Amino acid sequence: MIKSELVNKLAEENPNLFHRDIEKIVSIFFGEISGALVRGDRVELRGFGAFSVKHRPPRIGRNPRSGEPVRIDEKFSPFFKAGKEIRERLNKD
Amino acid sequence: MAETTLTRADLTDAIYRQLGVSRQESAMFVERIVEEICASLERGEQVKISSFGTFTIREKKMRMGRNPKTGEEVPITPRRVISFRASNVLKDQINENLTGASNSQAAE
Repeated sequence: MIKSELVNKLAEENPNLFHRDIEKIVSIFFGEISGALVRGDRVELRGFGAFSVKHRPPRIGRNPRSGEPVRIDEKFSPFFKAGKEIRERLNKD
Repeated sequence: MAETTLTRADLTDAIYRQLGVSRQESAMFVERIVEEICASLERGEQVKISSFGTFTIREKKMRMGRNPKTGEEVPITPRRVISFRASNVLKDQINENLTGASNSQAAE
């Protein structure tokens, strides 16, 4: 499923609203989650899962070809942990 | 670090404030979006949200694990797990905002 398919599905269910309003709702939804992660905050959606940002400190890596040490800057990686309910739904049988 | 957590209530509020729909309707949309993503993953589909990221299902094979308390070997049943890969746009935004000396202790 891609974003436009999600929008179409919700639009079908809500004929009282304009298509562009549904688009806006979906984009607010993901925009708010993105915004929280950009601030370094956590996002928790019970039943689905939680998004967080992990800090990867700077380290000395190695060029695997030459064996030469290289400095690797710190970075922040977004991370998703699936919730209990969805894990159970995916593994019912 | 003491961090804030965004929840369904905050998403509902954001939709309610930015659009002319009721609080109840906003809450319903939050629920429907979450449910559609879950249902799609349950069907084994990939969920791709441009400029946000992609959720994919990975099939894990049976493997042997160990009960860390007793040291006993136990089989880990085959299962489906979700993996999330953030889009480059989102990753870049996060790093632009959080990297740098002043912010180095943000987030875990």
